[in-house]
Amino acid sequence: MKALQRIGAVVAKELRQLMRDRLTFGMIVGIPIMQLLLFGYAINMDVRNLATGVADLSGTAASRQFLMDGFHTQVLEIRYQVKSIKALEQLMREGKISVGVYIPPDFERRLQQPDRAAAQLLIDGSDTVVQGAVAQLARISTGSISPPLYRPGTFETRTYYNPERRSPVNTVPGLIGVILTMTMILFTAVAIVRERERGNLELLINTPIRTSELMLAKILPYIFIGLIQVTLILVVGDLLFRVPIRGALLNIYTVALVFIVANLALGLMISTVAQSQFQAMQLTFFILLPSILLSGFMFPFDGMPLPAQWIAEVLPMTHFMRLIRGVVLRGASLPELAGELAILGVFILFALSFAIKRFQKRLD
Amino acid sequence: MNAELAIEASGLNKMFGPVHAVANLDLAVPRSRIYGFLGPNGSGKSTTIRMLCGLLTPSSGQISVLGHSIPRDAEALRMKVGYMTQKFSLYEDLSVHENLRFIASVYTLERRAAKAQIAESIERYRLGALVRQRAGTLSGGQKQRLALAAATLHEPQLLFLDEPTSAVDPENRRAFWESLFDLVNEGTTILVSTHYMDEAERCHALAILDRGKLVAEGSPADLSRDIDAQVILVRVNQPRRAGKVLHAQKWVRSVAQIGNELRVLIDKGHAEAAQSTRDLLGGAGFAIDNCQPALANLEDVFVAATLQGKEMRAA
Ligand SMILES: Nc1ncnc2c1ncn2[C@@H]1O[C@H](COP(=O)(O)OP(=O)(O)O)[C@@H](O)[C@H]1O
Ligand SMILES: [Mg+2]
Repeated sequence: MKALQRIGAVVAKELRQLMRDRLTFGMIVGIPIMQLLLFGYAINMDVRNLATGVADLSGTAASRQFLMDGFHTQVLEIRYQVKSIKALEQLMREGKISVGVYIPPDFERRLQQPDRAAAQLLIDGSDTVVQGAVAQLARISTGSISPPLYRPGTFETRTYYNPERRSPVNTVPGLIGVILTMTMILFTAVAIVRERERGNLELLINTPIRTSELMLAKILPYIFIGLIQVTLILVVGDLLFRVPIRGALLNIYTVALVFIVANLALGLMISTVAQSQFQAMQLTFFILLPSILLSGFMFPFDGMPLPAQWIAEVLPMTHFMRLIRGVVLRGASLPELAGELAILGVFILFALSFAIKRFQKRLD
Repeated sequence: MNAELAIEASGLNKMFGPVHAVANLDLAVPRSRIYGFLGPNGSGKSTTIRMLCGLLTPSSGQISVLGHSIPRDAEALRMKVGYMTQKFSLYEDLSVHENLRFIASVYTLERRAAKAQIAESIERYRLGALVRQRAGTLSGGQKQRLALAAATLHEPQLLFLDEPTSAVDPENRRAFWESLFDLVNEGTTILVSTHYMDEAERCHALAILDRGKLVAEGSPADLSRDIDAQVILVRVNQPRRAGKVLHAQKWVRSVAQIGNELRVLIDKGHAEAAQSTRDLLGGAGFAIDNCQPALANLEDVFVAATLQGKEMRAA
């Protein structure tokens, strides 16, 4: 009962300070919106005149017709005509083209075989704009082309440099991970360091509050903030980019909640180690970068070298990516995700115990 | 252990790397008294207070505060002591009232008791007009009153005040000390650090600290009486030059100019101090207006005590 009163006192105080600190408050709303706009527009941008190379090894009337139809949308613009797929790859490496169209010598024969792709689209996957645009194009053109010659699956699309093609449906849930990692860790990472820098800690540790109570009280307000951010991302993602919310909403929030707590505990851990707010921020970015790069958000997890995979397994974000993709893309239920949830649970227990053990009600 | 004592410490040491911040300190603070730490900056006042609160671990030594062994039982002490830090440590972005409510809650005062206690503190420390103001915008004296209100909200038996008046004007300082005597009347024990002589003068008992060492202890009156030096006041035509001449003597401990007068501290063992001062200055051609012994004040005690420390170090 007394413990609750003490925790409540600190939680109320934190929330009050939060509302008054314009910078933090701005970050709560600003970071998600900024990130969404940055990544979101990259996905949905209306792209025209992408530099394209063509290797038409078939050279038949059918292939010429096919190319004409393919280019009438003006998304692609033929800049180079070459003789081999190797030459296309070379052009792409040099950055001269973003898209390559390869029509094999047996194009017409392939068209008759429904189980084989008749042609190949080579896409520079390092550029998400191109990727998104061409992915759309491949859908549109196959749909609009007259039946005898064209059918779904005419193109075999091959994305270079980023084989796991990201679609908006895939990116927005991933963004929840990036945004929560950034804000949640940062907020708690500075939470205790700031009190130390401002001198408040000397007063606080002389009160009867227990270390575990203080740690909990530092986390609780931000759980609430984190859930607000998740809502913000889902709503804005839907409004601006028409990224539909698939998967059960309750599952999305449950998964996000566990991930939020994991990040807050991690931030608290940082807070008990860092000597200054600046150091706390540095440590936050030290975790944020591998989280973005190694978690499977940017690059496919299985394609990474083993040591990178081991590092990734330690990051909460990796497990969140699996969870949220499971929920959103596969419509997985919570029991099916129990394993990954349990890993995050263990992570939370470890980080919290570390922070409580490490934080002393002492100045030395 | 003595039940009459609020604080007992023996052989207390604190090292910060090579810095010996507190050296072999023995302390006995009686209950329901104002006990002062007098010392210049860096003499170890804050460090000692922090060790007594259990916020710093002593390098060596024993501490007992209100019967609890510190730092082992520091948590048992939290409800019984109040601590006003040297640097303002309440939340600057919260209002006066919000700060007090926060303190009342972390000390788990019952809701109704808290309300009454806060109202009383606001009245007592003249914060009525400021309740809605953010703590960060208060003046030095107002901050100090708020800090004292916060430190006493849970009615502690023992109060640590670390240089509470350093940012406060003389009038507010007087009012502040009135509040302290009210608290002592109610039974509170107060340990206060200061570097102001006039404040030290008001304490029931004093410890004079110099570079981490306790160099003198006792009531201000006893300290003045037992001073290890003689005080001579000299009125002379060229005080600055006369001071230099005096200072060169082995038996002169220190010379301070106060207005046109020189206040001279002379070795206790030196016989006929006033006469030899008169002889010395007369012989050097100064016109002496007046030269006679005076009662020692705390500043003399402080200077004599700290010089003694210096000599002992040199020896
Ligand atoms: N946390 C610390 N780390 C290193 N040195 C310290 C620390 N705190 C105090 N000191 C040193 O200990 C000495 C005593 O400091 P302090 O107790 O603050 O003196 P006072 O309060 O009398 O001004 C000083 O030399 C100071 O520099
Ligand atoms: Mg100090």
